[in-house]
Amino acid sequence: MSRNADNWLLRVTNLTKIYGEPNENTIALTGPEFNSNICPETESIVACADISFDLYPGEVLGIVGESGSGKSTVVKLLYFDMEKTGGAAWLKPYADGNIEMLSESNQKKRFIRNNLMGMVYQNPRDGLNFNFTSGGNIAEKLIMAGNYHVGEIRERASDLLTKTEVPVLRMDDRPANFSGGMQQRVQISKAIANNPPLLFLDEVTTGLDVSVQAKVLDLIRELQQDLGIAMIVVSHDLSVIRMLTDRTIVMKNGRIVESGLTDQILQDPQHEYSRLLVSSLL
Amino acid sequence: MNILEVTHLSKDFNLHILNNKRIEALKDINFTMKEGEIIGLTGKSGSGKSSLMKCLYRTYLASTGEIIYLSKNGPVDLVKADDHRIIDLRKNEITYCSQFLSVIPRVSAIDVVCEHLFRVEKDKDFARRQSKEMLEQLGLPYELWDAFPVTFSGGEQQRINVARAIIAKPRFLLIDEPTASLDAKTKDVVVDMILQLKAQGTSVLVISHDEYTLERLCDRRIDLKFGEIISEELATNQ
Repeated sequence: MSRNADNWLLRVTNLTKIYGEPNENTIALTGPEFNSNICPETESIVACADISFDLYPGEVLGIVGESGSGKSTVVKLLYFDMEKTGGAAWLKPYADGNIEMLSESNQKKRFIRNNLMGMVYQNPRDGLNFNFTSGGNIAEKLIMAGNYHVGEIRERASDLLTKTEVPVLRMDDRPANFSGGMQQRVQISKAIANNPPLLFLDEVTTGLDVSVQAKVLDLIRELQQDLGIAMIVVSHDLSVIRMLTDRTIVMKNGRIVESGLTDQILQDPQHEYSRLLVSSLL
Repeated sequence: MNILEVTHLSKDFNLHILNNKRIEALKDINFTMKEGEIIGLTGKSGSGKSSLMKCLYRTYLASTGEIIYLSKNGPVDLVKADDHRIIDLRKNEITYCSQFLSVIPRVSAIDVVCEHLFRVEKDKDFARRQSKEMLEQLGLPYELWDAFPVTFSGGEQQRINVARAIIAKPRFLLIDEPTASLDAKTKDVVVDMILQLKAQGTSVLVISHDEYTLERLCDRRIDLKFGEIISEELATNQ
């Protein structure tokens, strides 16, 4: 074990999400060795199972895998967008990592989500309220965390928009009138508004054209470098993973099939599926 | 004191596209390295030099054997240590400089060189000054300092590559072909920089095909053939 084995920021053990009515064989009869996440006996769907990992402060962890492998489910469970079926997670800045956060009350979960985490979704509509202005969206996150001072809120919003290169002039415009790349940058501003120690990024560059992708990626990298935010980056794009992450988890059929240093996963993948994934890059 | 002890190290690759054909890249490698020593890894292309280096850096997972590295906090087996421990060592002690420059796109030459420094140094201007000094010594034209290295020539990229490895002043440096595609004068600058690191206590494992570079740098050479060590000898300059 590492000498600083207790230095984790987020600890996840056996995180599991199953849809439907599983029985005692459901987990054993699904997974990469069956090439399926549907239980043959109950037809329940194992979105993810037995997901365990530690994330360290300031670390960037990548999760890769094909569509339907459970990547997004993992981050959505951790951000309380979904209810877990099983497993546990602890966040160091919450009760010094002593209280399992996924079983907390909704009120406590809202506190954790608004103060200690940020999320950037693939679709800006999931992360932004399109009926609010871009400034209003950032304000929403700040107000949820207990900041009610209008002057401070506007100042913070304008700082964030400047940092993410959204013209401050458009602070009172609705994101609906923005380009895709700008919407994504407003979403990032909102996600980091409360200086969270942990940020989830779910396929944030998918669907953007390459020049806009580059801008969003550069922004994320800068934020990581300047603010030292730990991140979980979900992507099926291995070049995004290579550029942003230190460590990578490879998922298939709802399970982790391999985890390792990103350069090792890309240059010396061990699992058959990781090899297929990497060789598909060429 | 030995900074590195490699015993029974082997590395096989499974080529899944070719019906899981196995390639033995390294076979039963054994050697030790003293603190502050420079060892040259030699051998023909394909003899396993880079594979060995990548096993030491954990870009490749060794198939069998042990790689005991004596870190500031005691011995670590680089084959089995957990990923976070390796990340920690990469940040603070071990630097790998590959044969080819691979950098994050759209970052200026100055900032590419300081990448490691930025991780530990809060004062960015201080880091950039060190980077500029280094680029100056390596004779990289001023007009390229703010440009993106992806667009540079082979020799210019090589200088960036070497600079970013050396600037971190690692405790253990793995460096693959540091003087390839450099002119004689720049070659000397690079060799001097590596010798300067050695003088400050850095242990260096260097791969090179260049006799002049090896002659000037190495305390000892290890010669590889078909993934095996065929000879270990003191260099002539001892």
